[in-house]
Amino acid sequence: PAQSQMQVPSGYGLHHQNYVAPSGHYSQGPGKMTASPLDGQCNDYYSGLYTLPVQKLAPPSAASHAGVQQVYCGGSPAPPLLGAPPGPVPGAALAASHVYTSASQPYPSFVNYYSSPAVYTANSSAASQGFPATCHYSVSTVSNAVHPSVSYSSLPPGDPYTRVFTSQSAPAAGPGREGSFPGQSTALSHPSTLASPPSQQHHQQQSLSGYSALSWSAPGLPPAQDSLARNHAGPLASANSPAGSGMQNVPPPRSIPTALPGAPSTRAPPAGKHPRESVALGAQPPELPPQRGMQYGDYVNNQASSAPTPLSSTSDDEEEEEDEEAGVDSSSTTSSASPVPNSYDALEGGSYPDMHSSSASSPAPDPAPDPDPVPAPTAPPSVRMARPFGHGYPTLQPGYQNAATPLTSGVQPSGPAATYPGMNQLSSSLGGLSLQSSPQPESLRPVNLTQERDVLPSTPVWAPVPNLNLDLKKLNCSPDSFRCTLTNIPQTQALLNKAKLPLGLLLHPFRDLTQLPVITSNTIVRCRSCRTYINPFVSFIDQRRWKCNLCYRVNDVPEEFMYNPLTRSYGEPHKRPEVQNSTVEFIASSDYMLRPPQPAVYLFVLDVSHNAVEAGYLTVLCQSLLEHLDKLPGDSRTRIGFMTFDSTIHFYSLQEGLSQPQMLIVSDIDGKNILIKVLLNALPNMFTNTRETHSALGPALQAAFKLMSPTGGRVSVFQTQLPSLGAGLLQSREDPNQRSSTKVVQHLGPATDFYKKLALDCSGQQTAVDLFLLSSQYSDLASLACMSKYSAGCIYYYPSFHCTLNPSQAEKLQKDLKRYLTRKIGFEAVMRIRCTKGLSMHTFHGNFFVRSTDLLSLANINPDAGFAVQLSIEENLTDTSLVCFQTALLYTSSKGERRIRVHTLCLPVVSSLAEVYAGVDVQAAICLLANMAVDRSISSSLSDARDALVNAVVDSLSAYGSTVSNFQHSGLIAPASLKLFPLYVLALLKQKAFRTGTSTRLDDRVYAMCQIKSQPLVHLMKMIHPNLYRVDRLTDEGAIHVNDRVVPQPPLQKLSAEKLTREGAFLMDCGSVFYIWIGKGCNNNFIEDVLGYPNFASVPQKMTHLPELDTLSSERTRSFLTWLRDSRPLSPVLYVVKDESPAKTEFFQHLVEDRTEAAFSYHEFLVHVQQQICK
Amino acid sequence: MEAVVFIFSLLDCCALIFLSVYFIITLSDLECDYINARSCCSKLNKWVIPEMIGHSIVSVLMLVSLHWFIFLLNLPVATWNIYRFIMVPSGNMGVFDPTEIHNRGQLKSHMKEAMIKLGFHLLCFFMYLYSMILALIND
Repeated sequence: PAQSQMQVPSGYGLHHQNYVAPSGHYSQGPGKMTASPLDGQCNDYYSGLYTLPVQKLAPPSAASHAGVQQVYCGGSPAPPLLGAPPGPVPGAALAASHVYTSASQPYPSFVNYYSSPAVYTANSSAASQGFPATCHYSVSTVSNAVHPSVSYSSLPPGDPYTRVFTSQSAPAAGPGREGSFPGQSTALSHPSTLASPPSQQHHQQQSLSGYSALSWSAPGLPPAQDSLARNHAGPLASANSPAGSGMQNVPPPRSIPTALPGAPSTRAPPAGKHPRESVALGAQPPELPPQRGMQYGDYVNNQASSAPTPLSSTSDDEEEEEDEEAGVDSSSTTSSASPVPNSYDALEGGSYPDMHSSSASSPAPDPAPDPDPVPAPTAPPSVRMARPFGHGYPTLQPGYQNAATPLTSGVQPSGPAATYPGMNQLSSSLGGLSLQSSPQPESLRPVNLTQERDVLPSTPVWAPVPNLNLDLKKLNCSPDSFRCTLTNIPQTQALLNKAKLPLGLLLHPFRDLTQLPVITSNTIVRCRSCRTYINPFVSFIDQRRWKCNLCYRVNDVPEEFMYNPLTRSYGEPHKRPEVQNSTVEFIASSDYMLRPPQPAVYLFVLDVSHNAVEAGYLTVLCQSLLEHLDKLPGDSRTRIGFMTFDSTIHFYSLQEGLSQPQMLIVSDIDGKNILIKVLLNALPNMFTNTRETHSALGPALQAAFKLMSPTGGRVSVFQTQLPSLGAGLLQSREDPNQRSSTKVVQHLGPATDFYKKLALDCSGQQTAVDLFLLSSQYSDLASLACMSKYSAGCIYYYPSFHCTLNPSQAEKLQKDLKRYLTRKIGFEAVMRIRCTKGLSMHTFHGNFFVRSTDLLSLANINPDAGFAVQLSIEENLTDTSLVCFQTALLYTSSKGERRIRVHTLCLPVVSSLAEVYAGVDVQAAICLLANMAVDRSISSSLSDARDALVNAVVDSLSAYGSTVSNFQHSGLIAPASLKLFPLYVLALLKQKAFRTGTSTRLDDRVYAMCQIKSQPLVHLMKMIHPNLYRVDRLTDEGAIHVNDRVVPQPPLQKLSAEKLTREGAFLMDCGSVFYIWIGKGCNNNFIEDVLGYPNFASVPQKMTHLPELDTLSSERTRSFLTWLRDSRPLSPVLYVVKDESPAKTEFFQHLVEDRTEAAFSYHEFLVHVQQQICK
Repeated sequence: MEAVVFIFSLLDCCALIFLSVYFIITLSDLECDYINARSCCSKLNKWVIPEMIGHSIVSVLMLVSLHWFIFLLNLPVATWNIYRFIMVPSGNMGVFDPTEIHNRGQLKSHMKEAMIKLGFHLLCFFMYLYSMILALIND
């Protein structure tokens, strides 16, 4: 099988996915590069860009800061930035370096490299995409180069499309390639493969559908951006027929080249080789930096703060996806008139020829190429390219086409279509014809839920792509950072009410990014009335004025903004990075500070009462701290302190000059590392003989607050029992007999306002309190959680923690601490969310304090925090076709820099109910509903919240049935976009937070609620609806390659016992827990090869690790598990559950489609909903 | 005697009117972002109990002095005041909670409530004034 190499964008782990694509289809071509004309302008830029990969290679230590950022210096080239030596040297912590290291080197140096191994060429081809002229980030694809036979010229000049493409493609290829090569090559050398998971899918599909490999394979490859679309179109078209002849001929050859990257030969070498090599590459040109500084003064890649993941360049992946789409789209509708992006003019207030071209043809890399926290699938390409070809349903009016296409094409791997793979295959095999016959968008296709047995797709569900024109799609914010429950915003509140769907945003603003443009500029351009940051969706009325897209005020373009550091030209404000990227980071000036940026200050408040010592968490904590002390984000001003408490509070003096730490006070970390280490070594044993059982948490927190108030910072509280002394003492409120009550669940709210007040005080002093609750008994998390909820902290709960009796929890704590201590952190942050006039936000969810109507005060911000906002439509949006949302997160980095991270999302406004339904993002809607339900269960009651959830399904489906759907079926009809809605709601009802009738400890329930409120969407979805895979028959088919490992990609199974066969073994991924269920009749080979026991009977009841066995199936299983683990911030615990063991109830609880004593099965739920609708 | 009752009611009512106006001003300050939620809520929470007591006293006074109509008029508002005070969840910092006031349109509903009360107190004011004058004349 050919493996297409790709790097997986993942926010968290460093994993690279390796894809194994069905090999047969790919022909391998000699890797050779065609030289293309250089675009002078872009060179420096690209070189900068491509250094990215190099940085990614940076050692793990750098991880927390490793994100690659590009700094755009304002007006003049900034030599100082460049001065720093390039980071790529392996040992150097690039990430750590604050200085903007110029990782990029002049491309000349690279020339050598890429010419040499075939590997590089392959890589380069794969990696390179993008269009210089259009997008700064885009890399032109050189894929063509790889393929010997393909050339652009081969396109028939006569064809209008061709012309467009050729013209564009030629220049694009040139610059991109040269500039990009260095970076790419490095990326390549990286073991990870370039195929994006989606692409993989396609391959699979393709193979299934029997389609010509060429057409499909092409999509997987990023390279032939412009041409891709056409290529695909060609082959498919020929198959299907509708397409024009000229085009068809040309494409096939092209597609081949694109396919090449996937070819085994190319792959193999890189995989074998390696990071080392790449490193070497990166490192090589160390002498260059100075030169570079001169040459490329303006653009520097720097890895300063953002992403911990040494990942491959995500942009590649996304681009690939785009390409795929393009290909697919084109296949569906080749004949349609090519949509020339017309709205761009209107938007930007002037036509920019290059932009157009790019939009039309090139799959320019995502402007905000964000890595997905979860490899690939979740990264729904926010920016979909090549839509134009997908558009044309000739019969539709032009206006409708746009709306329809993304939805309609079942063929598209992307977006909605991707969600329903089954459809994909079907429609792909039917080709464009079938699509043309049904003008209805795919997401509106009515689905009879009661008859459709398998609603759950076998591949992960992706976010739908907003139905915008190409340019905007390309520029739009990544759905991983920013998602809206309705990707088509209804025009009026009345329409929204009719749809009965929640409208809101799901945010993950401080996500770890591998690539982020960082802009240093004296003036940050903002609207003068609403203070919106300039963004890609503003319109330039002329050279000197721009119109705000949120309040429509016309603003002046400041002088400095006229200069474009990218091209080093004057008078092109629309090409500034701010206007080309929907996710950017500004280095803020002193205007954005109320006081000098605070240092990183960490205070650990540790419970050392008898109970805590019994549990033994101190050993784990001190060990982790010792290990990661050097990796705590911070600079020379960083301070760290310790406090312990039982019934009294102990402080520790870490003054310089002492040989032993004395119990006293906080001091700074510099030069006193040794003392801290001594303390940490001593702490676990200090209290071994304590008999103190009381816990004075309240006073300890007050003391901590006083300590922290001069600077602000982070307080980490470790608590193991109910606070029993002093202020803030709590009583046990849980009645164990009520745990499985079906009626009332009480005490979900806090018992006292002490912790809330404390949190607000802390928040006012820029101090966040993070709570680690490690208790075996009820500890009133509902009250304690307040200290973190309102101070923007985070909450970790380890029920029945014991370091020897419960080793899996201890291990989890250890791994969580690693992430917790080393992840990025932002201090004294505020986040403001703005939206287009007419929309307003009315409720916020997450951990923070709402300081004023749209301003969230976040004492700390961490990359794992998610937020949700509910919106309402105050004024009709009839006079606008687009709405925009902007979040601006102002924070102080751990290095004492004030930074602003801005995300901008643009969505279309629609006037018909059908379109509203077509644009539902069901996952986002579920997460928002879950947040609302948590609020409801605290403010009202749990049963109210449950009713509200059920009503949400009933109302939306009945509204759909009565207004949009014309079918008079007996069954329950839902639009395809909502077909998972009932399933997810049912899963939510069976979630720990909301379930009734099943014994649930109050703290567990409250913790689940806290998580719902603060987790970002990707992780929350796993909590709500776990993924089930069959693991006893893992094959390499469709596998991906990550870090030299083959990661199999088994299909998702529906969560029902009917899928569990006694002969199988199944893995369930619940987000924070993994279960491996072993059936009684499970093949002994599997048990022996993977679990290391001779037969089923000998497998122990408690098994939490898979042994490292030297067998193929063991390796596959472990690499799959590792891959899943790496995709999330907190390490999940693994339980091996035998079919007959008592622990299996835990496992079966998660099978949400099945009936339990207290809850409906999926089918019953549907019937219930249907009855409610009929009432 | 009756005149004294109404003079007292009138003064009390004036105080309540001022209080309502103060509530409205503070809430609109919050709406316009002039003050933050924390200080706004702590300011307002201070006056929730005085308002409740002030209004209850008038109501009781009317009951005692057997002015049934005025008592019945006051009853719902007084009940509402007491009800919302009692119903504050234990974890909240008072009727006005800074962490929730921006959520679910609470600010708007508080504002509406303050407006309605202002109207009600103005109505009562003139009623007391009229009754007082009537009582004085009768005396």
